[in-house]
Formats: sequence, structure tokens, C-alpha cells
Amino acid sequence: MDLSITSILTLDGLTNGAIYALLGVGIVLVFTVTRVIFIPQGEFVAYGALTLAIFQTGKVPGTVWLLLILAAVAALMELVTTWRHRGSALPAVMAALRTFVPAAVVCAVSAWAGPRNLALPIQALLTVCIVTAFGPLVYRVAYQSLAGASSLVLLIVSVGVHFAMTGLGLLFFGAEGFRNPPFWDTRFALGPLALSGQTLIIFAASAALIVLLWLFFERSLYGKALRATAVNRLGARLMGISTHAAGQLTFAMAALIGALSGLLIGPTTTVFYDSGFLIGLKGFVAGVIAGLSSYPGALLGALAVGVIESFGSFWASAFKEVIVFTIVLPVLLWRSLRSGHSNEEH
Amino acid sequence: MKFTKIALAAAFTLAALGSAHAELTIGVVQPLTGPASGLGIPVKNGIMIWPKTIAGETVKLVVLDDATDPTTGVKDAQRLVTEDKVDVVVGSSATPVAIPMADVTAEAGTPQLATSPAGLPPGKDKWFFRLPQSNDVMAFAMVKHMKAQGVKTVGFLGYTDAYGELWLKALTAEGEKNGIKIVGTERFARADTSVTGQVLKLTSANPDAILIVASGSGAGMPQKAVMERGYKGKVYQTHAAATQDLMRTAGKDAEGTFVVSGPATVAEQLPDSHPSKKMAVAFVTNYEKAYGPGSRNQFAGHSADVLTVLEKAVPLALKKAKPGTPEFRSALRDAFETMGRTVISHGVLEWTPQNHWGYTNETGVMLKVVNGAFKVEQ
Repeated sequence: MDLSITSILTLDGLTNGAIYALLGVGIVLVFTVTRVIFIPQGEFVAYGALTLAIFQTGKVPGTVWLLLILAAVAALMELVTTWRHRGSALPAVMAALRTFVPAAVVCAVSAWAGPRNLALPIQALLTVCIVTAFGPLVYRVAYQSLAGASSLVLLIVSVGVHFAMTGLGLLFFGAEGFRNPPFWDTRFALGPLALSGQTLIIFAASAALIVLLWLFFERSLYGKALRATAVNRLGARLMGISTHAAGQLTFAMAALIGALSGLLIGPTTTVFYDSGFLIGLKGFVAGVIAGLSSYPGALLGALAVGVIESFGSFWASAFKEVIVFTIVLPVLLWRSLRSGHSNEEH
Repeated sequence: MKFTKIALAAAFTLAALGSAHAELTIGVVQPLTGPASGLGIPVKNGIMIWPKTIAGETVKLVVLDDATDPTTGVKDAQRLVTEDKVDVVVGSSATPVAIPMADVTAEAGTPQLATSPAGLPPGKDKWFFRLPQSNDVMAFAMVKHMKAQGVKTVGFLGYTDAYGELWLKALTAEGEKNGIKIVGTERFARADTSVTGQVLKLTSANPDAILIVASGSGAGMPQKAVMERGYKGKVYQTHAAATQDLMRTAGKDAEGTFVVSGPATVAEQLPDSHPSKKMAVAFVTNYEKAYGPGSRNQFAGHSADVLTVLEKAVPLALKKAKPGTPEFRSALRDAFETMGRTVISHGVLEWTPQNHWGYTNETGVMLKVVNGAFKVEQ
């Protein structure tokens, strides 16, 4: 164990930590706004990486058809509830179309672009569109009608959504994994470190995304509406903020974060249909370290998880996961001792 | 009325003839859906191109899907032994399904030819025979190659699961006999995003070779990590990585890697001295004639081997009893143990009462990745 090994391990840990940070932020975001512990966050990572991989092979990814079906189901649900609520057909049809048309447009463009082998950045952009479109639809179909239920019910729904998404992932992508081409294929020597272009992209993209999220929450009206919903749902509704719209926007952002993480991680490792779960779970550990409430806390927690994982795999590779997931225990103990019972659900 | 009588008489005669000439009933349980369907479908495809008769007996196939689910597999096996009264069960290609099926077939006294390398506790595999090679046989070929290359120390980088553990055991045992020492043992999981830590630790011990134990496309990530660390020694991979997925996921970093494999999928390249050359070429030609060039794979090979085994064992069993009877099933089981050395497309099989894995050490073939394709090391 000398300086060069330490620095290589730290760099590796921080690179993975940057991805976990994005997912941790996504999980904190979803939890604060909707009280959903979003286990399927990691599935969006796998969907993102694998959708791009299938585009690379010159086919139309199965996620496109899944998106179309999901949009149809969501539109139908929207039609029925609005009709019941408003009592007339026209606004109901309009609401259904608002749900269905954006997803359908994304599907149509993807189906057209699939066999044409377009440039990598265009395929990446399409992938982000497809996976992001999943977010609000998943919220509409699985969570929206249960928005008032207890956290436990929402957690159980999350487990269900996770299994459904993993199973569908197997159906669409197959059992074998894929590795995407790097977006920037170059290497820099920095003392004992070998920095790859992809590592730099990961750091830059993570930092940019976190700054954008900060700007969104501090400066934009939508961001402030989300924060208001997070602080007090009822109060926010009284102020004219639709909690359903807030939920859908949150899930869209979570899916966007997942898709970008997938694109970032795709060229550094082989991604399988079920890889997302473990990655998402590490993001969740980061979120727990932050008490599921603080974004800077999630960022620091994620970097810590990444570095601990990296050193753990050096010292005791057989127990790496044990080490990573065990750090949740002292954190929870410390949190419960410090804050008493104030985190109980009201 | 006279016509009815004649017709009845004819029907009875035919029925009598039919029973005198019983057919050989073969039950097939394979994962045609679910996570292991990639293994089960080729086996089924291979069975579909079997001839209509084996040793003069008409073959009746009952093919069931176990959906890669142990519960379904057990139900399928129960149906086969009670309703269809099959003479032999073929399956499953999913190890977790094949293991509980073994209880059903053993209780019913029906021989089972498993197309997965399922380990069973000692004494439990009386009716259970396996077609895939054991890791020990593969480790023999690999260690022989290492010795020839002058390798003295090996670093082990393997899955944390049973496959990694079995390989570590096999390599340690074979290595000890040949003076090869394992200087580092590191673990990772298929879904890990990085093995940098493990590779750093292994390369700092500076072994002559690193063995990566991973399967399919999971073998690409550690392979790349080892190469990106600038490792100059030899890299070995196991037979679970002997697919095109290795080159697909590791790209040019796979160049020069040594991979151990069964002989079936590299049929044309085998040296003429390899005992399986003829059978392997026959399998590849037959299978690719039916399913297109490049469609060959390890599991399709197992279905061709089941046929070879049955063609040798059924005549022996027929001397003792008629198909469809418990005596025949028992005789068939005995025949598997006593038929002796059998050359199949996957190697040379020799089942004995003590050993139902039964491959001889002639089986394993070393391949080297050259220009993105496997080449047999002579």
C-alpha cells in the first residue's frame, strides 16, 4: 500500500461515487416530494445503458414498445379518472392525449432512428428521451392513485415496480450484458494515475447535473413548487400546486438522472439487465447517510460509499458488499441517537 | 355386421402388434422461457433434429418447459414419470432446476441425463448422469498449458459464487500437483461496476498468470481492468467465458487471452489427434445445416451427446427388457455405467458406478484469442 495505490483506489472510488451521488440525489428528491422510497431508481440506469447498447447494434430497443404500452395504459387511466371527475368527455380525452402524445412521439422517432445507425450523441439523446418519458408514466400507473397512502405501502409498491422492471429488462435486453463505446476515447497520465476521458466526463457531468439541480430548486418556479410540496403537501395544494403534477415532474427528473447515470457508466463496465439494482442500492445507502433529506449530504455520502467500496475491494474483495452495506448501521444508530424520534411519520 | 367384425379384428391385431413393438419414450425438461432460456432452447433445437428411431425403437418425445423454475421442473418431472412413464428424462439445463428433479427421478427409478453441471450429495446421484464437463477436467487442461508456458505463480480473480469457488478448488488441487502456486485470491460479482481494487492487489503480487473466473459477457469487464492496469503476464479464462461475448465486451483487450473450452464448438480447428474431432464435426455440421451457420453452441452439443449416449446404451438395455417397463429403466441405468469409454462431441465420457461426471482428462482444449476469434492451441 503506497501512495500510487492509494491514489488509484481513491480515483476509482470517487468515479463510482460520482454515479452513486447522482442516484442518491434522485432518491432523496423522490422521497422528499412524494414519500416514495424509490427502489427502481437503479433500473433506469440499466435501461439507459442497455437502450443505447441496442441502438448501437442497429435495432429498435424493446423499451420503445414498453414505453408505448405504458403510455397507453396511463392515458386510459387518465381518461377514466378525468371523465369521472369532470363528468364530460372532452377534457377527459384532452387529458389522455396530453399523457399519450409526448411518449408516442418519442416512440415514433426512436422506431424511425433505430435501424439507421445514427451518430452516437444522437442515439444517446434519444435514449435519454425514452428513459425520461418512463418516469411520469411509472408514477401515473403505479403511484398516483396511492399518493396519500403510508410510506410503507409506497415502499411495497416500489418493490413491485422494481421486480416488474427487472423482469421486463430481461425480456427486452436478454440475459447477456453490453458494454457501450466510450464517448471520449483518450487517456491522460497523471503521475501514477491513468485518467481516461470517460472518467473526466463522469466527473464533469455529475458536477454539472448537481449544479443544475441546485439552480432548478433555488431559481425556478417549478423547483420552488417541488420544494413546497416536499415541506408540506397540504399547504402546497392550498397554494394551488398540483401534487400530482409535482409527483410526475419528480419522477421525470429521477428517470432523467437514472438515464444519464446509465450513459455515464455504460462505457466503464458491462451492464446487465439486473445491474441497476445494486448500483441503485448504493445510491440508496448514500441517501440514507443523508437522512433522505439533504442533497449535499447525499453527495458526500455517495463519495464516501464509492471510496469505501474501492478500498474494501482492495483489502477484502470477498466482503466488499458486506462492508459497503454495513456502514448503514452506524449511520442509522448515530442518527437515531442524535435526533430522537422526530423522524417518525406524522 | 361382418364388416364391423373384420374391422374389430384388424384393430385388435394392430393393437397387439403395437404393444409388441413398444416405443422408446423420452421425457425432455428444459428451460424454454425464463433467465436460462438461452441454454434450454438450443438443447430443444438439437433434440428436434434427432432421428425418428434409436436402436430400431420408435422414439416418442415429450418436451416440457420448466420456465427456469425449480417448482415447475419438479412438477414436469412428476408428470413424466407418473403419466407418461418415460424411459429416460433429459434435463434440465438450469442447475437449480436439475437438482430437485433428481429426487423425483430417483424415487421413480428413472434415469436422468442432466444437461447442467449439477452437484449432488454423495450417494444421491445413483440415477443421475451429467453431460457437461466438471471443472476438474477443465482445470487439468488449463494447468497442463500453464506448466508448458512456464507459469509458476497464478493470481485468481473470480466470481463470489459457487462457480468461482469450484474453480478455486479445482485450480488449487491441480496446481499443487504441478508446482503452481496461487499467490492471490480476489473476488468480484457479475454486476460490479469496477474491479480496480482487486486487480491492483493481484498485480502487486506480480504473478506469472492471472486466471479470471467469470461467465459470458461478465468476463469482459475484469479482462479489460487487468489489461488497463498494464499487466504483462498471461491471462486465462474459463470455459464459461468461451463465447463470442468475451470479444464483444472486452474488444481488443481480449487479444492473447487463453481460454479453456470443450471441443464441440471449435470442431473444425481440433487437431486430428483429438478423440472428439469426428463427433464434434458431425454435431456442428448437422446442427448448422438445420439452424444456419454460426448457430452452434455448447448446449446444443449436449443434445447431440445425449443421442450418442442413448444409441450406445439402449441396445444394451433392450437385451434385458422392453421399453416402458421398470426393468428397462433399471437396465438402461446399468448400461450407462457399464457401456465404458464413449467418445462424444464434448470429449470422452466414461461413467462408472462411482463417477457420474465421467469425463476423461483428454477433454479440455486450450484456445487463444487471435484477431477477435478463438484459435486452438496445438
